[in-house]
Amino acid sequence: MSHAMKTLAVAGAVAAALSAHGAQAQDSAAQEKCYGVAMAGQNDCAAGPGTTCAGTAKVDYQGNSFKLVEKGTCTTIELPGGRMGSLEPLDRDLPAS
Amino acid sequence: MRQPGFTEALLDPARAVPAGLTDPQGRPAGKRFDVYRNNVAASLTAALETAFPVLRALLGAEFFRRMAGIYLRQHPPTLPLLMFYGAEMPAFLAHFPPVQDLGYLPDVARLELALRHSYHAADAAPVDPAALEAIAPERLMRARLRLAPALRLVRSDWPVVTLWQMHQPGGGAPPEMRAEDALLTRPGFDPAISPLPPGGAAFLLALQRGETFGAALGHAEAESHNFDLGAVLGLLLKGEAIIAIDHEDNR
Repeated sequence: MSHAMKTLAVAGAVAAALSAHGAQAQDSAAQEKCYGVAMAGQNDCAAGPGTTCAGTAKVDYQGNSFKLVEKGTCTTIELPGGRMGSLEPLDRDLPAS
Repeated sequence: MRQPGFTEALLDPARAVPAGLTDPQGRPAGKRFDVYRNNVAASLTAALETAFPVLRALLGAEFFRRMAGIYLRQHPPTLPLLMFYGAEMPAFLAHFPPVQDLGYLPDVARLELALRHSYHAADAAPVDPAALEAIAPERLMRARLRLAPALRLVRSDWPVVTLWQMHQPGGGAPPEMRAEDALLTRPGFDPAISPLPPGGAAFLLALQRGETFGAALGHAEAESHNFDLGAVLGLLLKGEAIIAIDHEDNR
């Protein structure tokens, strides 16, 4: 490929990546931490062993365990027993210690 | 008491309780030591289960637990950081006779290790995507992209990304047997895994070595004639993985 063609191809690739990125940013918003909605053992976190994070929810809908959800949807999540998701840790459904 | 004898007995239930261990009344503390060494093995097994959930799903919980018992005795922790325990798992799996025919397991282990390293890597703010467009292509070719510390690559001869996705909540289809390179980025809080198109890993490895954009592109095209630069740049932007663009005149 000639130098001119190569720079043209690079410009095209940059433009394609940016337009794809723009479209994506519009239709899928960022995520937020949502407390009290995770099923036991399925809360999001890749922190690994020895941390207080990964898959450590002991009970369903544990109030101090979060799951990442689409931004703006957390507090509208309805769960069994009249529970709702929360952006802050909750006192409900904590495992017996 | 000498510490080496204590450590060996800790990891080998067949060994006698080290001499000199006594309870508060001065009697031999054999049962207490047995409880202690059982807790060491059980807690390291639990650490490996947390560390390698996909390996565990692939091998089955019972097999994994027994294998963990062998692993933890061959490779006791060398760091006080439990979150990085299991670093030798890929090499262990490659030589563990019962799984010799499962060639993809070491790469799945490498992917699960990379996920944790990505999670714990330093934060870095990404560049504004518009900055990339503002640079003339000739200038971009001579520039060096700095990548986020959380970015990780796992190259594999196996469909390592699809295997991993299959064992996430929500699942996924069983993979075709083909090579996949995984890109790990960390937009927001948690690492995300994406398959890289052919040539993508060569491109990113060159950037990580500090080569120019143009040189990295050369490596990618040498590996794949139809290297999709746009797709790879799209993954980097989505993953918030470009943290600086260094121009030669600033160096």
